[in-house]
Amino acid sequence: MQFMLLFSRQGKLRLQKWYVPLSDKEKKKITRELVQTVLARKPKMCSFLEWRDLKVVYKRYASLYFCCAIENQDNELITLEIIHRYVELLDKYFGSVCELDIIFNFEKAYFILDEFLLGGEAQDTSKKNVLKAIEQADLLAEENRPRQFFFSLLS
Amino acid sequence: MALKIVKGSIDRMFDKNLQDLVRGIRNHKEDEAKYISTCIDEIKQELKQDNIAVKANAVCKLTYLQMLGYDVSWAAFNIVEVMSSSKFTYKRIGYLAASQCFHESTDVIMLTTNQIRKDLSSPNQYDTGVALTGLSCFVTPDLARDLANDIMTLMSHTKPYIRKKAVLIMYKVFLKYPESLRPAFPRLKEKLEDPDPGVQSAAVNVICELARRNPKNYLSLAPLFFKLMTSSTNNWVLIKIIKLFGALTPLEPRLGKKLIEPLTNLIHSTSAMSLLYECVNTVIAVLISLSSGMPNHSASIQVSFSRHAHTFSLKYLGLLAMSKILKTHPKSVQSHKDLILQCLDDKDESIRLRALDLLYGMVSKKNLMEIVKKLMLHVDKAEGTTYRDELLTKIIDICSQSNYQYITNFEWYISILVELTRLEGTRHGHLIASQMLDVAIRVKAIRAFAVAQMATLLDNAHLLTGNTQRNGICEVLYAAAWICGEFSEHLEEPMVTLEAMLRPKVATLPGHIQAVYVQNAAKLFATVLRGHEGVPADSMVAQETSQLLIDRLPLFVQSSNLEVQERASCILQLVKYIQKLQQKDVEVAEEVTALFAGELNPVAPKAQKKVPVPEGLDLDVWINEPPSGSESEDEGRKSKGKAVFAKEESRHTKPRYTEVDEKELAKRREVRKAEQANNPFYIKASPSSQKVRRDGVGVEHIPVVQIDLSVPLKVPGMPMSDQYVKLEEERRERNKADKKKKKDKKKREKGEKGRRRRGDSGPESEEDITPAHMVDIVTEEMPEVGIYTWSLPHWTFSLPLSESTARHLNPCLFPSQKSSTHKKKKQKKEKKKKKHHHNHSDGAGDESVQNGTVEEEEPLPVSNQSPFTLSINPCPLCQIPVCDIQGNLQDGSQVVVSVIFENKCDSFIKSMEFNVLDSLNSKLQRPDGAGPHDGLIVPFQLPPGISNEARFIFSVQNIVMPQKLKGTLTFIVKTDDSSTHEKLDFKLHFTCTSYLITTPCYSDAYSKLLESGDLKGCSLKLEGVNQPFHHLLARICFHHHFSVVERIDSCASMYSRSIQGHHMCLLVKTADQTVSIDAKCDEPGLLGNVLDEIKLTFSQC
Repeated sequence: MQFMLLFSRQGKLRLQKWYVPLSDKEKKKITRELVQTVLARKPKMCSFLEWRDLKVVYKRYASLYFCCAIENQDNELITLEIIHRYVELLDKYFGSVCELDIIFNFEKAYFILDEFLLGGEAQDTSKKNVLKAIEQADLLAEENRPRQFFFSLLS
Repeated sequence: MALKIVKGSIDRMFDKNLQDLVRGIRNHKEDEAKYISTCIDEIKQELKQDNIAVKANAVCKLTYLQMLGYDVSWAAFNIVEVMSSSKFTYKRIGYLAASQCFHESTDVIMLTTNQIRKDLSSPNQYDTGVALTGLSCFVTPDLARDLANDIMTLMSHTKPYIRKKAVLIMYKVFLKYPESLRPAFPRLKEKLEDPDPGVQSAAVNVICELARRNPKNYLSLAPLFFKLMTSSTNNWVLIKIIKLFGALTPLEPRLGKKLIEPLTNLIHSTSAMSLLYECVNTVIAVLISLSSGMPNHSASIQVSFSRHAHTFSLKYLGLLAMSKILKTHPKSVQSHKDLILQCLDDKDESIRLRALDLLYGMVSKKNLMEIVKKLMLHVDKAEGTTYRDELLTKIIDICSQSNYQYITNFEWYISILVELTRLEGTRHGHLIASQMLDVAIRVKAIRAFAVAQMATLLDNAHLLTGNTQRNGICEVLYAAAWICGEFSEHLEEPMVTLEAMLRPKVATLPGHIQAVYVQNAAKLFATVLRGHEGVPADSMVAQETSQLLIDRLPLFVQSSNLEVQERASCILQLVKYIQKLQQKDVEVAEEVTALFAGELNPVAPKAQKKVPVPEGLDLDVWINEPPSGSESEDEGRKSKGKAVFAKEESRHTKPRYTEVDEKELAKRREVRKAEQANNPFYIKASPSSQKVRRDGVGVEHIPVVQIDLSVPLKVPGMPMSDQYVKLEEERRERNKADKKKKKDKKKREKGEKGRRRRGDSGPESEEDITPAHMVDIVTEEMPEVGIYTWSLPHWTFSLPLSESTARHLNPCLFPSQKSSTHKKKKQKKEKKKKKHHHNHSDGAGDESVQNGTVEEEEPLPVSNQSPFTLSINPCPLCQIPVCDIQGNLQDGSQVVVSVIFENKCDSFIKSMEFNVLDSLNSKLQRPDGAGPHDGLIVPFQLPPGISNEARFIFSVQNIVMPQKLKGTLTFIVKTDDSSTHEKLDFKLHFTCTSYLITTPCYSDAYSKLLESGDLKGCSLKLEGVNQPFHHLLARICFHHHFSVVERIDSCASMYSRSIQGHHMCLLVKTADQTVSIDAKCDEPGLLGNVLDEIKLTFSQC
């Protein structure tokens, strides 16, 4: 996978993950172009489109579009599966996820994505494992957050 | 001090956190930019504080802003600070920010190396985890080089969580720092059998991705993956493995046969569409071409696919898959025509476009009219000009493909074209125009009809040019005017057309069209004069016509377009002169017609090559002595000449060099060739280069066939293409009836009926359909094989016969019995060749047989064992299992030896020193300053169970004889409490084969080489070899670095070159278990030794 974008129906970017090194300018250009193309498509169209020399796989969940770019030999259907798996993970983590969850906890959304995909490849196909890893990491984070706060207050 | 800190903390409580920022941005929709700029100022303040929590919060906010498109590169250093926090909470935020904001040119990345290394070795697995995740996004070549070892160690971490991340990130590391692949590979391979399924799937992922880039190196893993494929139940892993096999199979066709069964099982059993799709794709991509039993499978696959095609996405993929099947098995797709036509009604444009693509490949003579009729309906319905234009081009593409092969009735086609002109707002008027011109010029029989249609078009030109400037369709008038003018003898009423062409409205058309109008008005004028002269009553008409021109042309003389102006004034003067003559009752028609006399004949684009070079003209001799310019200039000219004449390796001597002797010349040529081969800017001479024939073939030999019509010609008014569909059906019926009749009176008919199809190459059912008109054939490439001349009762033409023409020529060109048998023979031969070709190439090279020779086939390794093994005393501690010796391409006197060291004991091995006793002939290349007996230090140490590769360069003087070199490897074995010095003796065997480099050679260069006569021969007989011939060839190719030049049945020619430029040619023949090899080489000693080695190879199996 080359990159993953999440954007709203209004075309606002909600999350971006690039697995290929590109300059900011190029990223912006690609994002703009792709958001336009995908938003212009009607609901009853298929989820794949050929774009430049890549294949773009996208799916809409409520008001959010999940959009991945894959290479030509890659499997479109498994990419759809990855998108769906990620949505499921978000859903499990936030508890019936909505767009606002992702906006306000965007770093969490990234952490979940990073636990699920690494360098554009799925690292674990088990939802349970991914959630366990993310929960434990969160626990670890919570542990040192309050302590830090009191420490600085008291010293 | 304490107070200050407390104050800071309290301030912090009032800082915005991420949520506040997001909320703020949402509340400031009107002045977002302003709000954000104040936020950024705040963030800058926060970053200046010492408190890491504040900084982390600021960095988190920056990451959000970065996503919104704001530049945050100025904060890169702060991000690094947060990354290096000891608290996981902040570290995680730091790494996230880095992975989002850093890229290869971020300079602070250099500062992170040590921090990342520290995190990688952190006892906390989540620290390691975030470091790996972050690294996967911003790894640079430098980071990859510095951290490769640390990550490699992590691949054997105790926690599977870390192992799988480390394995996955290795792929990124390999991409950035390819040198790390070799040492890491054994461990990566190990991970394929990791107990944790996550790690295993990660390893499969990485190897699959690597193999897609360079499949050859991963062939040896095929058995392991095969085992995994049959045992794994994880669809994600299966998909990757199947993809991997898709990459491997072209290199090892035998894999394909093995794969068929498990793949078909999966196809029938799996419920996961993604897996099914992957299987189908792989089957289509690689297996179909390999196995003759596959078509049935493919049909079933495809049916199952179309059955599921209820959702849009699957429909799309189904169409995609079908288009791939179409390339190899058009018939099995044709049965789904209705389904595909249905897809044209789909709402999704991409599905419609896919369906259109498929239709292009599906048409046959039988269904062309039907399909085009459906498409025409869609053209009317279509919304949006882009899709309509797409439909239009597709219709034209479909009809005109392979030289109008599928069109049986050109009247129908012209009507379609005329109907298409009624499309509004299309951009493709030009395309339609060129089709009209092409058909009218090449199909002589259709001209009368075309002219009538075009005249109507001209007459109704105002309909087309509603709003002239924007409307591209007026291009059609260009064609219409030209056709009416050029073939004006077919016009019923030239006067009317002439009048239509000179209407004042014409002046609003684009300039280039007006120019054609003016020119063709003159042609029409000539026709009118000819029609009316001589008859006294009509001379008035002729004079009136002149007057008409004189009245109307001044309009064009005033045109602002130069071309129009020039032509108009020229013709105006001419007409005025003619009028004068007319008034004196002089007959001028003949002379005026002579202005435009001459028949246009279609000529093949490459016909020039068929023109023989006149006697006494040597194209390679300088006409003038070249100026003594610089050497490089001369080079440039030479190579340019090569490209133009497409001559392979000019062996001609330039007069300039005549004083140089042959040998010197050959040497120079060699040097230049090598130089050109390495220079990407040189256009290499194509292998199928055409030779100029001297057999006295002229332009008149270009096959031109005329055939008369069997359909009523005159259709009044604007045609409706639909009526042709009916007509065509009737015609087919009639033809069938004719055919029956003919059978009864076969003998009488023989030799009369020229349009019977024989030796059909298309689907059988098409055999009955004869085209109503014939296209003048212009083959893409003029043949070079042989010329046969047939004399026939009705016409005479010569037919250059070769495979390439056989393909283009319609089989109905073979009217007599004699000719068709000849052709059949030829075709049979072609088929045979093709079969061989398919057997052991991936089938993509289907086209390569075009020129009648089987082109060089990719040699396939029979097994993956290295051609070279070190004979060493078995040592329990350290082993050198394999080494590979290869010639250095750059330097003719160097050989590179790669040795893989593997530590098989459980102790650490270090300070390895590799030394070889030099012989007179071969010397180990040592660094400057080292003595001739010093050993080379192996640049790595080996932990237990690890292997690594080192390369050593030897300089060789004489390559004629094989050599054995003795060597020693000394090393220190370090155990927990002691270390011992050990020594290992070995022998390096330099075979003569290892001096050969696989070099492809084209057959014409090969034959020149053999003819040159400076090669000495030698031969070899092998008895009792009972392996298939292609295995045998593959074995020679693989073990002895040859490449196949040409192969015909059980006979093949092969070529290789030594590092010192000796040519070596083999002719391998086989006849029941005996293989004879005739060999030629310019160095008999080398040849003898290589032959001995070949013999040895075959005696071992």
